[in-house]
Amino acid sequence: MESLLALIEQSFNGRYSRHVTEALDELPDSFTITDPSICGHPIVFASRGFLKMCGYSKEEVIGQNGRIFQGPGTNRRSVMEIREAIREERTVQLNLLNYRKDGTPFWMLFHMNPVFSKEDGRVIHFVAVQVPLSGRRSRRSSANFSEDIMFGSCRREVCSDSFLEVDRVLEFNSVPDSDSAGVEIDEPCEASELDKGRVASAINSIMSILTHYSESTGRLVCGKKRSCYGTSVLGSSITISLGRIKQSFVLADMHLPDLPIVYASDAFLKLTGYSRHEVLGRNCRFLSGMVTDPSTLLYIKESIRAERPCTVRILNYRKDGSTFWNLLHISPVRDASGKNAYFVGVQIEEGSCRNQDGDGLSVEMRQRSTVGAVRVALRTLSMSAGSSRSG
Amino acid sequence: MSLMLRIKRVPTVVSNYQKEEAEEGARRAGGCGRNCFNKCCLPGAKLPLYAYKRADSIANEKSLVGLEDSEAPMAFLDSLVLGEWEDRMQRGLFRYDVTACETKVIPGKNGFIAQLNEGRHLKKRPTEFRVDKVLQPFDGNKFNFTKVGQEEVLFQFEASGDGEAQFFPEAPIDAENSPSVVAINVSPIEYGHVLLIPRILDCLPQRIDHESFLLALHMVVEADNPFFRLGYNSLGAFATINHLHFQAYYLAVPFPVEKASTKKTTTLGNSAVKVSELRNYPVRGLVFEGGNTLEDLSNAVSDSCVCLQENNIPYNVLISDCGKRIFLFPQCYAEKQAMGEVRSELLDTQVNPAVWEISGHMVLKRKEDYEGASEENAWRLLAEVSLSEERFQEVKALVFEAISCSLSDADTASQNPSEEDVEDQSAEDMLAMQQGSHTAIIAGTHDCLVIQ
Repeated sequence: MESLLALIEQSFNGRYSRHVTEALDELPDSFTITDPSICGHPIVFASRGFLKMCGYSKEEVIGQNGRIFQGPGTNRRSVMEIREAIREERTVQLNLLNYRKDGTPFWMLFHMNPVFSKEDGRVIHFVAVQVPLSGRRSRRSSANFSEDIMFGSCRREVCSDSFLEVDRVLEFNSVPDSDSAGVEIDEPCEASELDKGRVASAINSIMSILTHYSESTGRLVCGKKRSCYGTSVLGSSITISLGRIKQSFVLADMHLPDLPIVYASDAFLKLTGYSRHEVLGRNCRFLSGMVTDPSTLLYIKESIRAERPCTVRILNYRKDGSTFWNLLHISPVRDASGKNAYFVGVQIEEGSCRNQDGDGLSVEMRQRSTVGAVRVALRTLSMSAGSSRSG
Repeated sequence: MSLMLRIKRVPTVVSNYQKEEAEEGARRAGGCGRNCFNKCCLPGAKLPLYAYKRADSIANEKSLVGLEDSEAPMAFLDSLVLGEWEDRMQRGLFRYDVTACETKVIPGKNGFIAQLNEGRHLKKRPTEFRVDKVLQPFDGNKFNFTKVGQEEVLFQFEASGDGEAQFFPEAPIDAENSPSVVAINVSPIEYGHVLLIPRILDCLPQRIDHESFLLALHMVVEADNPFFRLGYNSLGAFATINHLHFQAYYLAVPFPVEKASTKKTTTLGNSAVKVSELRNYPVRGLVFEGGNTLEDLSNAVSDSCVCLQENNIPYNVLISDCGKRIFLFPQCYAEKQAMGEVRSELLDTQVNPAVWEISGHMVLKRKEDYEGASEENAWRLLAEVSLSEERFQEVKALVFEAISCSLSDADTASQNPSEEDVEDQSAEDMLAMQQGSHTAIIAGTHDCLVIQ
């Protein structure tokens, strides 16, 4: 857990200048900030208003995933809708039933927004705003009775004078048929214009603060995703799926020159001693060194050129110069087009009887389950119009 | 009834040992000497065993503790299925590389998923299948899963004896104890496509019972991955092998049926299982959620399936959302096909609408169908599969009678936190509730009140 807290701290410190948390703490609204690049997509910041609303302490919330506030009454489709918005890196707004620490449920208007890195379009954080709804009955007679889920595709331009623009609000499913007399009573509250206004102003304030405090570090953030980038960026959909795999592995993009690494798991970074930004964009050869067998390297090169899987035992070097025997398995992986698009490289340190999961899986099985999980994650890459692959 | 309804189709090959019917009958029973999964070859054989923890305790316990979702670390069973599958892929046991099949989400509100898979269906002579009987006795002469090669079986899947999940990498196969196993489907629809075969050696026919459904539900719960879904096709609803089996695979996008809105119909009194109807979806179906325990949820569904079976109504089942939502689709497409009531352009696509197609995942064998795939024609195809509104309401009434929904009045409702805030209910709302409830009260069973 200690390293998780370190990651969480880095999530803010690496991106925003000091005092950002103080500025955020001054806002009265209820909101949380999460980091999708950390395994488990944990909360990295929770406002005073949020803690007050749900009854938890800061320590109980930081590092947890937002699902801890869900419960048996939470609509499963809403949960799915939020999950898909995260994976597709877009805004979502819906009514959601959550539970306080004391177990009491409450309805709220939930709004979640991605925060993009201006330089490479990666999603840095998600900001979620919660506005509690009182127990008003919904107006069933209204001709425009909306479904219990509505999602907004909000494109936010964050400039020096920021304002919220809602380009279009799409109904997740069409308005119910006129002949369906039955109405969703699971949805007792409808958000008023006032509630929505509160959400909008909260988002504005938060985005202003984040933008401002990212300026001084030079690692700017913005609310809008730019679409032209030099390097290939894997979207949240993929990185969240890949984040579930606890093995050491990397992904290299076949379509870019010199096979740069586009994803490296936390376990890989731990094994090799590098930090993420030190490896992304580089070819894996930096792991080899003076004593690495050149014929092994040649064999790898041949296999890669033939787009053929290979398994080797290779001497690799960590950042600090120490060596280890790497039982390396490399395989081409296809995307939704059905064509090879990436190479996955799975590393197992020889002699590590490290069973992180406490499992009985053999070395080969661990390699293969990693490859399998990567295949599932990349299978849907570039599959739909709202593809999370940019560039 | 002297008239037998039949359709002709080329059965999907799920095992490398599955031969054409004529060849099947000719084989001698027993003693094959080729490492099959029957008593002749099993002695001495070993297979990994995953023993799952029985979920006796409160259902949704996992969600309260926050253990499930697509962001949590992979569950062990997840790794096991994927690792074993990748192993068989590297050993060349599959008829084709399914990841080489182009796939896309069809633009539109529903997000139907289409795959171009020209290699799945064989260019062979179609076989005749009887589609008018949902319950048919097991026939040992036909292909069944004891004939698969042991290399096609990935692991045994049983309940743990001592209340904790356990894994044994090399467990003997106890033929006397009739193990349940997970095997590969050599003509996969997607990566990780497996078959769950409860008590394989008992040679149960394709029909759902409480125990086997609970086993299937446990598997989905254990895998803990919202993109791992499990399905079932009854006879007459495009199951081609009359040996009890479920199917499952991974696909990391939501299924259209999972996104469809629902209209709540009732909450079962004792078990608190919530039953809803699908809305704005081409196929009419029921959705089961909640329940005090996992077994409650499982039994509500299996009771419904048994009812359909006994009334000779073909159906499909989809378990999704890590076991939290279960869809039940009664259907009639095969019957229509046999009666010549399906339009030729739909028949030409050769899409047999089984559970995956109904859920919104279509595997197309012709390039022109894939290129021209649209939300409109996907909807049209599936609309043919659905029961009419009238017929669906009849079937729904049958099912509700069978699962004996008990009185679920306002008092019970207010204890359930997901229900409306009863204190605020106005007279207008009470009236609306009663007006809306008449559709589901079964004539003669006046003790079934519907919560709207």
